[in-house]
Amino acid sequence: MAETTLISQKFLELKSKNRLAFMPFITAGDPDVDMTKDLIRTLTSAGVDLIEVGFPYSDPIADGPVIQASYTRALNGGITVDQILQAIAEVKSDDTPPLVAMVSYAIVFRHGVEEFIQDAKKAGFAGLIIPDLPGAEAAECFELVRSYGLDLVQLVAPTTPRERVQQIVQNSSGFLYCVAVAGTTGVREQVADALLDQLRWLREETDLPLAVGFGISKPEHVMPLRELADGVIIGSGIVRQLEDLVQGAVDRETTLKKIGQLANAMVSSTART
Amino acid sequence: MSTATAQVPDQLGRFGPFGRRFVPETLMHALDQLTEEYERAKADPQFQEQLANLLQTYVGRPSPLYFAERLTEKAGGARIYLKREDLNHTGAHKINNTIGQTLLTLRMGKQRVIAETGAGQHGVATATACARFGLECVVYMGEEDIRRQQLNVFNMRTMGAEVRPVTSGSRTLRDAVNEAMRDWMATVENTHYILGSVVGPHPFPMIVRDFQAVIGREARQQCLDAVGQLPDEVIACVGGGSNSAGMFYPFIEDDGVALTGVEAGGRSNKPGDHASPLSYGKPGILHGSYSYVLQDDDGQTLDVHSISAGLDYPGVGPEHSYWKDTGRVQYTTCSDEDALATFQKMARLEGILPAIESSHAVSQALKSAANRSPDDVILVCLSGRGDKDVNEVARLTGQTL
Repeated sequence: MAETTLISQKFLELKSKNRLAFMPFITAGDPDVDMTKDLIRTLTSAGVDLIEVGFPYSDPIADGPVIQASYTRALNGGITVDQILQAIAEVKSDDTPPLVAMVSYAIVFRHGVEEFIQDAKKAGFAGLIIPDLPGAEAAECFELVRSYGLDLVQLVAPTTPRERVQQIVQNSSGFLYCVAVAGTTGVREQVADALLDQLRWLREETDLPLAVGFGISKPEHVMPLRELADGVIIGSGIVRQLEDLVQGAVDRETTLKKIGQLANAMVSSTART
Repeated sequence: MSTATAQVPDQLGRFGPFGRRFVPETLMHALDQLTEEYERAKADPQFQEQLANLLQTYVGRPSPLYFAERLTEKAGGARIYLKREDLNHTGAHKINNTIGQTLLTLRMGKQRVIAETGAGQHGVATATACARFGLECVVYMGEEDIRRQQLNVFNMRTMGAEVRPVTSGSRTLRDAVNEAMRDWMATVENTHYILGSVVGPHPFPMIVRDFQAVIGREARQQCLDAVGQLPDEVIACVGGGSNSAGMFYPFIEDDGVALTGVEAGGRSNKPGDHASPLSYGKPGILHGSYSYVLQDDDGQTLDVHSISAGLDYPGVGPEHSYWKDTGRVQYTTCSDEDALATFQKMARLEGILPAIESSHAVSQALKSAANRSPDDVILVCLSGRGDKDVNEVARLTGQTL
């Protein structure tokens, strides 16, 4: 575990700058790969620290209605794993922040586990989140991912008992994805007290950076997390902006501009001082 | 792979390589909790006694084993016996599982139950058990299935269940499972998810099989009592695979008994035309479990088709995958057309309207019996009655009700 990765380097760098990481989520191929490339460029310019790229899946049980709808739009557009990998390889530059693939094990398994890791690395991904490969189920995959110099990020849920955490931490690297609320991804009004308690005891269990996702959608959500978390993730908050685009209510340029502004505001909110 | 044993799954939920748990972390604690509670309940004589009593006095068990004399004559070979799960309260085998899981819900101190349903049989069986014990009940059902199965929707609502239409994806059973799992992730503290088949993450495939195994245990003993020997072959239909798992499991270590599972062959063996993952699919991940599944090369679930809403599912229970790969169970298919013809044969020859699901099994029994001697005995699981299918049968045969 001594070897540093792009993701762990990023968190070290942010620590020295006294900032939290801001990590937006986007769906690859929603509504098409050109938009995905534009979004990555826009988010890069806005100064985000990492980008999560969701691989559309037909049966995403971990995701809420906004992301499922986004996945459905992308799949209806005919998006494939190979197209996503190619688009990432094309858009990635030296300025692009570390990219994390969010992908169901159904897809990874069908592609071939080692082959998928190899291809993801080649395309330029820095790490993987496989939300339906939890805890000890991930042990074998974790070794493989690490052997390619990538990170495998695992999730901790509000329902995770403290005694399970070591099983998760042992097969996780880069950062821990702390799920803020029980349930699926979606936009919510408040950050729960229980989450803050959990972050406190997680800190005693692991040195991995703690990034909070699910239910974070605006700068005000970041404030109570500043002292306890190392990063925040916006999931459906950005994907939701694409709904207006698809319905024809706004054009691409306006959509990218609005997303850029949200990303800017989030980045500003992550300074600790 | 080696021979199949009944000593599965292991602690990790593995049936050979199949099964396990591929679900978000949010559900892991609930699944651990359910596994522990089930182990305690299984070892508790009071639980077993309460379950047995309800199965006898409320469900109407044991269900009869019936010698289908005219069907046997028609086939002209082996003697065909029907295990009459259609005579259970609510008209299908589904209630064996929902009564068991409702008792588990009460033991865990949970007040709310959710379920998914396709044709509506599991939804009705869950609504029934919840009404009996005063539990809140929410049933997820695809919008498309709600339209096709209005009678069952009415029955569920009458018994106090809320039927929530699922409008995402293909709007059928598979999406209803997704929605139920999502609900469970947000409500796991006070809610139990009564999964209706031997699918999903561990411990569901084990729990549902165990509660359904009453079918096979009774049938095995009834066969010994009626003909003085074990059957030569046991046949059941396979969608997710709960009636077949329950029917086959008590026979797994009876080496002389051939076991045959019948999948929904639909219109053809082309993708999208059938619902036969064991016959035409590959191992992969769906709904938290590793098993045969119908997917494209990217791992996206394929649309499926069957005349029967209850078999219309792209996945199958992991224990069936294990039985397939060990060679213990032979899996075959029955087309929509043959199932429909058998439905009518059963009506005319035996005065029984079988569920269109069960017609798939009977159709295979007719074929197999014809190739066997009159000394042979075939047991068929008649998993449900066909009242729910009459609208569809009338439509397909150009009649009006």
